[in-house]
Amino acid sequence: MNPVKVILIAGRSIKQGKGISHGKHTAEYKDAVSTLQLSKEDMASLGVENGNSVRMKSDGGEVVVQCKGAKLPEGVAFIAYGPMSSALMGRETHGSGMPDSRGFEVEVERVD
Amino acid sequence: MSTDSQTNDSHTGASQAVAPPTNAQTFENVICAFCGCVCDDLSVTVEGDRITKTARACVLGKAWLEGHTEESDRAAAYVDGQPASVEKAVEVASDILAKARYPLIYGLSSTYCEAQRKAVALADLLHGNVDCCTSVCHGPSGMALQSVGEPTCTLGEVKNRADLTIYWGSNPMESHPRHLSRYTSSPKGLFRPGGKKDRTMVMVDVRPTPSSKQANIFLQVKPGKDFEVIWALRALVQGRTVRESAIAETGLTLEQLEDLTERMKSCEYGVFLIGQGLTQSNGKHMNPAALFLLVRDLNAHTKFAVMPMRGHGNVNGIDSVMAWQTGFPFGVNFSLGYPRFNPGEFTSVDLLCRHEADACLVVAADPIASFPRLAIERLKQIPLIAMDAHESETTKVAKVAFTTATTGISAAGTVYRMDGVPLRAPKLLPSPYPNDEEILTQMLDRVKQLKNIPQAN
Repeated sequence: MNPVKVILIAGRSIKQGKGISHGKHTAEYKDAVSTLQLSKEDMASLGVENGNSVRMKSDGGEVVVQCKGAKLPEGVAFIAYGPMSSALMGRETHGSGMPDSRGFEVEVERVD
Repeated sequence: MSTDSQTNDSHTGASQAVAPPTNAQTFENVICAFCGCVCDDLSVTVEGDRITKTARACVLGKAWLEGHTEESDRAAAYVDGQPASVEKAVEVASDILAKARYPLIYGLSSTYCEAQRKAVALADLLHGNVDCCTSVCHGPSGMALQSVGEPTCTLGEVKNRADLTIYWGSNPMESHPRHLSRYTSSPKGLFRPGGKKDRTMVMVDVRPTPSSKQANIFLQVKPGKDFEVIWALRALVQGRTVRESAIAETGLTLEQLEDLTERMKSCEYGVFLIGQGLTQSNGKHMNPAALFLLVRDLNAHTKFAVMPMRGHGNVNGIDSVMAWQTGFPFGVNFSLGYPRFNPGEFTSVDLLCRHEADACLVVAADPIASFPRLAIERLKQIPLIAMDAHESETTKVAKVAFTTATTGISAAGTVYRMDGVPLRAPKLLPSPYPNDEEILTQMLDRVKQLKNIPQAN
């Protein structure tokens, strides 16, 4: 299967928020911040199912996470804030102090 | 407010109910300092050194309060990964900061104002740089405020007056779970006695979320097209013609924008509540600046306001403390002996990625888990000092790490709600650890000694 390009949205989730309090070492937190949500169209394009591993690459770096189907527009992906989303951020802040933290392009490919 | 069955407790800052027959103590009207909502109506039961029960807390507040433990197996301080006395750790940390040519102090969004002011004073003393989590959350909103002004209000006004609320780039059901029920979607307010039926709630976002399901109207914008939508709305509010083709790339139709325009102009009291979907996306400060200008335009027709949805419990507090002490809300540099502000130059990610900062003190934040890779690499190269209530990715790699009492649980102090209303966070539990203010005060005194500066007293 060919990689797909998506716009990555990083943000808060309930599991991630609870995980901050319960401990970043807990399985709950790690699972929350290491799960990429994809549209059903992008899941089909990649040939992946819930729980499969995918590699995400951006100008900032690359990480391997598990994927999960979600109600999202095709070409838009979501991941909860955490070490994985941070690893993909770019360093450029465009004179604002704020790095490109969401809404940037990421290439996703299946990891067999 | 205390009731007849309650007494005020000066130690905790919360009102204390008459004790139940067990050794449990229940406190009423407790402040939750986890997120920027800073809800002030919780009931919290304490037994020994644990919070065993909460009422009215959201799922995040409940996890924060009931999940809290004073990790007494952790030392109060570590130097090079080895347990050390607080005095020794303060000595090593102060020496690092005093010798650095470009020390950076970062974080401060989850501690209280009395500690925050000490951190600013320390940066001033060091002729260093102080920056807070704002620079990676709503810093662009602060820049927009400075550029065009921010017509804002309090959450009390939202609850009692707003008949139209528009969340933009925010998912409060997961970031601020009680925001809707307390202020926007359903509360009965002074001028909104019918609650939900007196209100219209709109969500603008790039994806469906648990919050968008709660909205009367959901407008799904294409990623990166917020500015274009806001600018088209400005044109419509000003009575100009907007062509359908001009907004085709936004994912919305002209009919949708005209409907929203009519609702905004005809409401009695409208409020935008903006999230990081606007500030972190392409365009950065230009997005909230455009929205603030739209709010200004709307005030020619009706009463309209805007408020950033601040994330951490006291991130608004550090903005306020820095603003009243230096004149600027984040990214402040004291190299020349007076405060200077320039986002992109004196903000943490830039200072670290350019390898300018040569030592860093992190207070109540975890940049190793949240900064871009290059900034993290720099943090690992330079002497790093971390103060946190719990072990974090940052404390794990710090040369000096302090375990601290937790603001709002085991350390009392002032916190600012997202609308700028200050509230007193309580001390509910005893702690074996010093609080942030105590450690920062000791560092201030020690750095003064090292720099041969006379003590104030």
